[in-house]
Amino acid sequence: MPATTYLEAIRQGIWEEMERDPNVFLLGEDIGIYGGAFKVTQGMLERFGDKRVVDTPIAESAIVGAAIGASFMGLRPVAEMQFADFITCGFDQIVNFAAKSRYRWNAPAPIVVRAPSGGGIHGGPYHSQNPEAWFVHTPGLKVITPATAYDAKGLIKAAIRDNDPVIFFEHKALYRRVKEDLPEGEYTVPIGKARVHREGRDMSIITYGAMVHVAAEAAAQMEKEGVSTEVIDLRTLLPLDEETILASVRKTSKVIVLHEATITGGIGGEIAARITEKAFEWLDGPVVRIAAPDTPVPYSPPLEEAFLPNTATVVERARRLAAY
Amino acid sequence: MAAVKSVTLPELNPSGFGAPEFSTPESQDSEAALARRFYYFLSLQREVEDRIERKLYRQGKILGGVYVGRGQEAIGIGAGLVARPDDVLFPCHRDLGLYFIRGIGPREVFAQYMGRVGGLTGGKDGNMHMGDLNRRIVAIISAMAASVPVAAGAAMALKYQGSSSIAFNFFGDGATSRGDWHEGINLAAVQKAPLVLICNNNQYAYSTPLEKQMACRHVADRGVAYGIPAEIVDGNDVFAVYQAAQRAAEHARAGKGPYLIECKTFRMTGHSAHDGGDYVPKHLWGEWAAKDPILKLAGKMLDRGWATEGDLERMQAAIKRETDEAVDWAERSPYPDASELTRNVYEEA
Repeated sequence: MPATTYLEAIRQGIWEEMERDPNVFLLGEDIGIYGGAFKVTQGMLERFGDKRVVDTPIAESAIVGAAIGASFMGLRPVAEMQFADFITCGFDQIVNFAAKSRYRWNAPAPIVVRAPSGGGIHGGPYHSQNPEAWFVHTPGLKVITPATAYDAKGLIKAAIRDNDPVIFFEHKALYRRVKEDLPEGEYTVPIGKARVHREGRDMSIITYGAMVHVAAEAAAQMEKEGVSTEVIDLRTLLPLDEETILASVRKTSKVIVLHEATITGGIGGEIAARITEKAFEWLDGPVVRIAAPDTPVPYSPPLEEAFLPNTATVVERARRLAAY
Repeated sequence: MAAVKSVTLPELNPSGFGAPEFSTPESQDSEAALARRFYYFLSLQREVEDRIERKLYRQGKILGGVYVGRGQEAIGIGAGLVARPDDVLFPCHRDLGLYFIRGIGPREVFAQYMGRVGGLTGGKDGNMHMGDLNRRIVAIISAMAASVPVAAGAAMALKYQGSSSIAFNFFGDGATSRGDWHEGINLAAVQKAPLVLICNNNQYAYSTPLEKQMACRHVADRGVAYGIPAEIVDGNDVFAVYQAAQRAAEHARAGKGPYLIECKTFRMTGHSAHDGGDYVPKHLWGEWAAKDPILKLAGKMLDRGWATEGDLERMQAAIKRETDEAVDWAERSPYPDASELTRNVYEEA
């Protein structure tokens, strides 16, 4: 059996949940007849019908709002933002309606909003963004950012079953680039649990999404240079798995926090703050943040390449940190 | 498939006071009986909101925003009494009567406004930001029209579930300027979702008059843009609202999709309790006071012999007693403990 891509893993996860529970339904732009801009929902209209695979008008606020309303009636909506960049058009429904509903009046809104995010595909400023930090700053939401096919499948299934609203960022650059053999049977991956992607003793790189693979390449390089480097894949950004982060820090005493999203106000600052608050005495150097610069995501290849954190940058910063 | 939660229609007096018997004869199905229910709910909303805005707020017992529906009570109540108990209501912030219709009493409402444990949100939110999924009434958020897409989605879900229930969505004229209003109605129309849309056009959005809100003459003019029927009714005539809502509900329940009703009315108050509405031309207050929906209804009831002056006075007295008792109850309800702050952000084990 061929290895399963990250994209196919998400498709399988949604498909299995649709088969399992008739309350699960999909809505979004071009998800039915066209099978989704990236083909994540391909074949679902034919299998599940247009009552459960709803092609909507181009109206992200209506898509998210309708998902919320359907969830109040007992359904399990999975809403697709065609690109994560368009999630801003549904922002109010997510942060003001869905996220606060349980707290305000005890009405859970168990929706999943899928958002294909990330750069490296020459999509330019409106097809490349990583807007996860906005949602991490919103109590009541869960924010998921899988890096592997296994996790993408297990986490989309867990997200659909979760009783709180979940924003599911699937990285476009991983869709067809990352693949692995998946277990035959049914499984889910717990929300809120990070994963040690690669064990190491001397340094930790804490990251998520596409940057897990950049970190792994950098770690392999550092290994050759005699620095045993651990890579932590957060998988979920909200709630953050602080225990796994702090355990790695206590083990290695040197930390890089890496993300593709822009640096100021990014999740890296939050992680660095928690490490200095809770594991300061274990540190043998400053907590290093590596992230995109504070600019829009540019289009032209040399500009985009300069924007995205890459292996060479991580290695260079890792060498400096190792020297402390 | 989610089970439809059972909801029972409330007794006339949810807090326990018996409504006085009228001296005039009536049967349950008669217009007289309906008029009596209208009169009870309209008067109860007026009394409770007067108490909130003109007494408890000024006494400092209610903090924050207070938004009342004075002068436009007939809209929520006229349409709300058309809704079946299994229909889903999405009130706006001036539709207190809808809560009473769903059996949520003045006690819970006062406690809600006072931030007490006995309020519908237990102090987590205030004023009209309340709802109860078991009673199929959904809480608004502050952004106008945000509930329109949510109501569209609820209606789509009801259709998917094969239910004959429908959704009723209430909003003001100002809300019709927001994208959510247009996006939500367009989606519901395309999906032929069973959704009744009820606009209270009270001619002001905070201080902004209608002519600065929209260039079309009527909110109902917008129906054609979405391919849905729309009609205009006198929002101060509770029977007219009721009958329009019956037409709309029948349309929606028959699978024909959304139906828009524009109820012309006037906001007989400022935007909120802190706002005296000085920007409203003075003559309008008097003109619209003469069209008060409760006076209009009472006149009809007396004309038709459905009630005597004495009957209506006894009803008013019973409502005042019910309100007094409810305020006492709410004031005895404790404030939430600070430990409640971090509870229920997420599902708890």
